[in-house]
Amino acid sequence: MLGKGIIKGLAETARNFFGSFVSERRLTTVPYPDARQPLAENTRQFPFLVYDGDDWEQGLRCVACQICEKECPPQCIYIVKSKDKKPDYKGQMQFYPAVFDIDLAVCMSCQICVEVCPFESIKMDTEFELSTADRFGGLLFHKKQLAKPNAHYHRIHPTDAAASDAVLAAEKAKQEAKARAAAEAKAKAAAPAPVAPPPSAS
Amino acid sequence: MSIAAATNGKRHRLVPPPSPADGALGELLEISMGPQHPSTHGVFRMNLVLDGERVVKLKPVFGYLHRNHEKIAESMSYLGSMPYTDRLDYFCSLTNNWAYALAVEKLAGLQVPERAEYIRVITAELTRLQNHACLGGFLLQDMGASGTPLMYAFREREKILDLFEALTGARMMCNYMRFGGCRCDLPPGWREQAQRLVAEFPAFLDEFEALLNENEILMARTQGVGVLPASLAVNASISGPMLRASGVNYDIRKVDRYGIYDRFDFQVPLGEHGDVYDRYMVRILEMRESLKILRAALADLPEGPIMDPKARLRGFRPKPGEAYGRIEAPKGELGFYLISEGGPHPYRYRVRPPSFINLTILEDMCLGQLVADVVIILGSVDIVLGEVDR
Amino acid sequence: MFPRRLSVFILRQTLAAYFGGLGFYMTDALDQIFVTTKQFLVAFLAGLFPPAWQPLATLLISAVVMVAAIIGVFATLFAITTVLERKGLGRMQNRHGPNRVGIPFTQIRLAGFGQPAADGIKALIKEDVVPVAADKVVHFLAPVVMVVPVILAYAVLPVGRNMVALDLDAGVLFFFAVGGAVELAVFMAGWSSRNKYALLGAMRAIAQMISYEIPLILAAVPVIMIARSLSTTGIIAAQAGQAGFLPAWFVFTPWGFAGFVLFMIAATAESNRSPFDLPEGESELVAGYFTEYSGFKFALFFLAEYLGLFVISGLAITLFLGGWHAPFPWLAWLPSWFWFFVKLLGLIFVFIWLRGTLPRLRLDQLMNFAWKFLLPLTLINLLTVAVWHYLSASGWRWAVCVLMVIVPYVALGRGLWGHRRVRKRVYRYAE
Repeated sequence: MLGKGIIKGLAETARNFFGSFVSERRLTTVPYPDARQPLAENTRQFPFLVYDGDDWEQGLRCVACQICEKECPPQCIYIVKSKDKKPDYKGQMQFYPAVFDIDLAVCMSCQICVEVCPFESIKMDTEFELSTADRFGGLLFHKKQLAKPNAHYHRIHPTDAAASDAVLAAEKAKQEAKARAAAEAKAKAAAPAPVAPPPSAS
Repeated sequence: MSIAAATNGKRHRLVPPPSPADGALGELLEISMGPQHPSTHGVFRMNLVLDGERVVKLKPVFGYLHRNHEKIAESMSYLGSMPYTDRLDYFCSLTNNWAYALAVEKLAGLQVPERAEYIRVITAELTRLQNHACLGGFLLQDMGASGTPLMYAFREREKILDLFEALTGARMMCNYMRFGGCRCDLPPGWREQAQRLVAEFPAFLDEFEALLNENEILMARTQGVGVLPASLAVNASISGPMLRASGVNYDIRKVDRYGIYDRFDFQVPLGEHGDVYDRYMVRILEMRESLKILRAALADLPEGPIMDPKARLRGFRPKPGEAYGRIEAPKGELGFYLISEGGPHPYRYRVRPPSFINLTILEDMCLGQLVADVVIILGSVDIVLGEVDR
Repeated sequence: MFPRRLSVFILRQTLAAYFGGLGFYMTDALDQIFVTTKQFLVAFLAGLFPPAWQPLATLLISAVVMVAAIIGVFATLFAITTVLERKGLGRMQNRHGPNRVGIPFTQIRLAGFGQPAADGIKALIKEDVVPVAADKVVHFLAPVVMVVPVILAYAVLPVGRNMVALDLDAGVLFFFAVGGAVELAVFMAGWSSRNKYALLGAMRAIAQMISYEIPLILAAVPVIMIARSLSTTGIIAAQAGQAGFLPAWFVFTPWGFAGFVLFMIAATAESNRSPFDLPEGESELVAGYFTEYSGFKFALFFLAEYLGLFVISGLAITLFLGGWHAPFPWLAWLPSWFWFFVKLLGLIFVFIWLRGTLPRLRLDQLMNFAWKFLLPLTLINLLTVAVWHYLSASGWRWAVCVLMVIVPYVALGRGLWGHRRVRKRVYRYAE
């Protein structure tokens, strides 16, 4: 009979109308600035630079290798390599970025810079409320704005941060083992004497 | 400057005076729908010639969203194009990723591990669910249902996007698949959450169907409108649900059996009339089949690695050759054709976008229909301008 | 506890209604409060004039007071309805609807009911764009011409006992006559804009409104036949009292129910509401005949549309739902205007509900529906009401009339699609 489907549809909307007053499932919007949905742990928005320790300039992990600059698909990263060197977390002398800019207006949050970085120094932040009134420089983030402590990384992505720390610790241990082995080899060469075998690299 | 000054004080004529050359138009009315029009699904334009409200001629105009995707990809590393494929059909970034990854894997001879294949199937079918649900909503929106079906579809889509966010970090621009596997493993609890969603989804489908499927207005508006005969569909290289709505049994998941689709038991719904109603219903039925695949895939998801150990992220240079990878994207056959010269970027990169090719048949479907039908015929083609214009 | 106090109050008032006493005079005063206020106002203001002018002054002041009251009340209702509609649609779509705008510079949100004020201010201060090629005079006049007949129609609408601005003997006739003038405004708007969408929208609107006016009027005719009056107050008086346990409203008869449904369908089309909102079908014609209007002119179209909706719902209430009569005598202590507005809000909810559910029809289907379905049904309804009138009151009368309503409905519903055979389909699967 004509009108059956229409009445069925009307019953459906009526159910949703009255259901919205009693059931969470039928009123799914979150009134945004007042209430927020929790972010998933994997959420990625824009990149930031990780630093260890307290001094953001000294502890910056980035060594200005410029791989991310080359790999960035929309080419929003701009790096100028330093003339001098400073020690990194392993104590090795490394270059550092004299300038490290990311134009967040161009960045498309693809995370490729994070994946290609061999030094665990660039990671994805979860901050997204970045609107600014300055349309020319407001979203061009400089090194200082980008640098955030490792603790911040641990706070937003605990699992990834732990994995990243483990990688770095392993690198460091390998490096130390190598240095020790080198030192021992040197010592052995200088004065051959029986010593205990070096501990295996972890 | 005032308008009077700009027009030199003369009254501006919008309609040029009739000239003898225009005689052919006669009493016809020419209107330009789009690019700023509420229902052109983006910046798409149709130049319509109307006799009353009946369409005499239709000229689609696109390219307003051209972003030079293919040429950019030819000067970029293989990996660098992956996030750009997200932005082709921004509703279905994961299937775009898969098609591109498939092409590169063929080119480089990479083997995808079992677990990664399962994850790919799961994400692709979730993508299909949300795409088809939204299409139904958009189609009804074009029909003037003031957003109710669309909002129901979006309510479900948000749940799927939550899953995507938990897995890939982004809701729409997932950039998840890599050559030889997937970028990261499932986070803890994801599988259970997905299973819950799959268990709840049929309730939404029932609700959606109760709301609309038997609605007399919907049936009157869509049945017999925009008929696409099977022969024309095949000749025009139409693919996807649109082709199946015309009654042609062609689903690349069945034909190519790419990935691990041969392990799942699902059916391909076929339409008979090839009209808008069939296109709508075939998609609704496909969602139910996708749920079957999802249920099976989530149940026997194996443990194991998610990346081919041979895969390299930096310095990826496939050996010279060419490859074509295609999948059944929600909108049709999505293919990527690549030629490598052994360098870090492809020599030639070509996308076969399903919604672009499905759109080519628009005029044939619209001739003789009314203006109101043009809108829903366009809606039933299921286009995303990001993919049409690339 | 508020609800308990309320229930005690209702109980007491109900008892008072039964047993008379002080409550009766109280409710009667409340019922007539606006009438007495108006009389007082008119007498007071007319007293300021010299005695020779007083009859004329009384007439004029009375008219001004009533016009001001009608515009004030229904414009407020329009403002509230826009919010209620958006909230209602939102609830049907699992969202909140507008809930932000409240009192500026404070945190008070009024649950979003500040929205109409914000919308109004925005409409007022927006630039008024007139297309270069438009016919400026007609373009300016169209929204004005649109609002005037709609407000005129309120003159014959009784919103309570003794509360009708103009108790014409041919009130219903007057209503339809001024209602017909809206089409002129629509066409003026569509034509003068020099916009193809506007022109198409106006063409659709004219076709639709003229087609649906016929079933609209024919659906009202049975009521006039039974009530033996063209006056709106007379029709309401004919629906007083009870018929069995139901009120004696015309909607509770077979022909009245059919007439009410037909009237409501035609009214939906007349007021361009979904699913008959083709003239402004935004997915096809952007905004139809008022595509080229902005700012306050646009707001006027909007206002006229909603006022038209209210007035036609008011007429439906008058014709079929017993006007301002309370449904049961033990509820009659509530004032009559209260019942009118309750019924009005109920009908507005139905309109919102339809809008939230249904997709839009196509133009040819719309026309088919009017001429091949509604028109025959309204004509058959005239027969039904004659049968009802000449058969004596019995179960037989009910059976015959119900059959006379249902059989044509089913038959015409079948025939409506013609050869196209619109139906649910069964799908096959490959393999």
